[in-house]
Amino acid sequence: MNIPFFIDSAMLGLQYAMLALGVFITFRILNIPDLTVEGSFTFGIAVSGILTANGHPFLGLLLAVLAGAAAGIVTGFLQTTCGIHPILAGILTMSGLYTVNITVLGGPNVNLLDCDKFFTFAVNLFPYAYRTVVKGVLILLICALAVFLLSLFFKTAFGLSIRATGNNEDMVRASSINTTKTKITAIAIANGLVALSGGIVSQYQGFSDINSGSGMIVIGLASVIIGEVIFGRRSVTIGIISAVVGSVVYYLIIALALSANIFSSNALKLLSAVIVGITLAFPTFKTKIAEYQMRRHALKTRSR
Amino acid sequence: MLEIRHLSKTFFKGTPNENPALQDIDLTLQKGDFVTVIGSNGAGKSTLFNAIAGSFLCESGTILLDGEDITYQKEHKRARNISRIFQNPMVGTAPDLTIEENLALSFNGANKHAFARAVTKKDIAYFRSLLSTLDMGLEDRLKTKIGLLSGGQRQAVSLLMCTMTVPKLLLLDEHTAALDPVTAEKVLSLTSQIVKEKQITTMMITHNIQSALALGNRTIMLEHGKIVLDLKEEQRRNLDVAGLLKLYRELCGKELDNDRMLLTNE
Ligand SMILES: Nc1ncnc2c1ncn2[C@@H]1O[C@H](COP(=O)(O)OP(=O)(O)O)[C@@H](O)[C@H]1O
Ligand SMILES: [Mg+2]
Repeated sequence: MNIPFFIDSAMLGLQYAMLALGVFITFRILNIPDLTVEGSFTFGIAVSGILTANGHPFLGLLLAVLAGAAAGIVTGFLQTTCGIHPILAGILTMSGLYTVNITVLGGPNVNLLDCDKFFTFAVNLFPYAYRTVVKGVLILLICALAVFLLSLFFKTAFGLSIRATGNNEDMVRASSINTTKTKITAIAIANGLVALSGGIVSQYQGFSDINSGSGMIVIGLASVIIGEVIFGRRSVTIGIISAVVGSVVYYLIIALALSANIFSSNALKLLSAVIVGITLAFPTFKTKIAEYQMRRHALKTRSR
Repeated sequence: MLEIRHLSKTFFKGTPNENPALQDIDLTLQKGDFVTVIGSNGAGKSTLFNAIAGSFLCESGTILLDGEDITYQKEHKRARNISRIFQNPMVGTAPDLTIEENLALSFNGANKHAFARAVTKKDIAYFRSLLSTLDMGLEDRLKTKIGLLSGGQRQAVSLLMCTMTVPKLLLLDEHTAALDPVTAEKVLSLTSQIVKEKQITTMMITHNIQSALALGNRTIMLEHGKIVLDLKEEQRRNLDVAGLLKLYRELCGKELDNDRMLLTNE
């Protein structure tokens, strides 16, 4: 077994964990599938990439978060104030972002291999440690911090109103909570995280590419769903942790499939889509099967 | 307290389906009034509540609450002063949140900073004492998801949520209609107890004419978007269900028609 390959995959999972957290917030907490993700992930890549190329890796990550959040605010505005269907709102932002992203990046891709990244300082700080270990510990710390802050946030009064908005919007609207505000904030936070993920991924990879965002929504959903299979759907805090774990497990599964030569890497997107499709269809099929059995049972007893 | 002047609402205005749901409504409530609202199906009772609470704007008329003009105020702004409970117990609470989180949602708005902890130990003690007044054993189930409770329990919790911070106006839209008779009776007596205790100005739609006459201090009847009967004091005290039906027949020239309406004394 190729151990370094699996360690790399687990680390990849941690880099994409912020993406899973963003998808968890919109898909599970707000109960809205948000396609902005595809664009905001690349937005993060572009912003972080161009700033890293110019010697500002930290500023790059910070601005990536803000850029993603701005994209989220646009989608939120389209959904709430303009009353556009959530899926369409996300598609509009995503589509518009392509132009923004390619403008920011100044071309289809930028090479970052020789630039300082946000982890360079840590690698220099521990010159005798393995590079991979330092990078791994750093990304682990970032994930832990994100999980910690998000769990705290969703336990505040405002965080609770966001959760209630996703759970029973009618009720929240009839209480004194402004659902426009809760929705836009949540979508902004989610896309800020997604863009952060993009920024981190591009710095770890050492290049920024305009097409890296495609299929990200499915990967995010797959991670969230895998996390739920492992932990079950319980409290928000567990949900947040399970999104991160789900992301790591997703990339480990992919690594396993690749190393066993079951699939070529070209098949990954199809594989992910199938996994997500089956999992989302599962509850419906369960009721259908139950109904089918009920009908068969009824017909049998009647014919007797 | 509540002053409604010339309020009109027409759905699908200017189309063949034009539906004048409220027509030139005038209504004034005094502080502490408990008004029961009756009327046949589609009379406009819920529409009146929706108009007051701001679910939509009306094409003409004004609504004043405590002297403040709220005619064009946003729904969530009005909600600071107006609480509502609906017929469907699923509407008033968030099913996947726990009992304490649901209560906190109503409590926090007026009492907390946005980034304060949503549920503190102190809150829990307060919620527990509130829930124990319901006498349903819910004080020991604060961490239970509210979706797991029965309709009656959810409606009782909604009642607590709506009155925890005393609203200027409480709107109850057939809030016991989906419950079994025993539970309905219990929720109804809780309602009148809380309303009396906190002296909340209340409007309650009910299809039970007997409780419409028994509860509160005033009864109004809607028909085709108009208030056709306004019963208070002497006249109301001397009226029973049969008397009210007779009055209706004389006024509208037909029998009161509401498939869910309980027309007899139970
Ligand atoms: N949101 C709405 N859009 C269109 N028509 C409505 C709406 N709400 C109520 N109506 C119509 O207005 C009339 C009054 O309805 P409603 O107030 O719900 O009656 P009820 O007295 O039974 O509560 C009915 O004809 C109903 O179909
Ligand atoms: Mg109604």
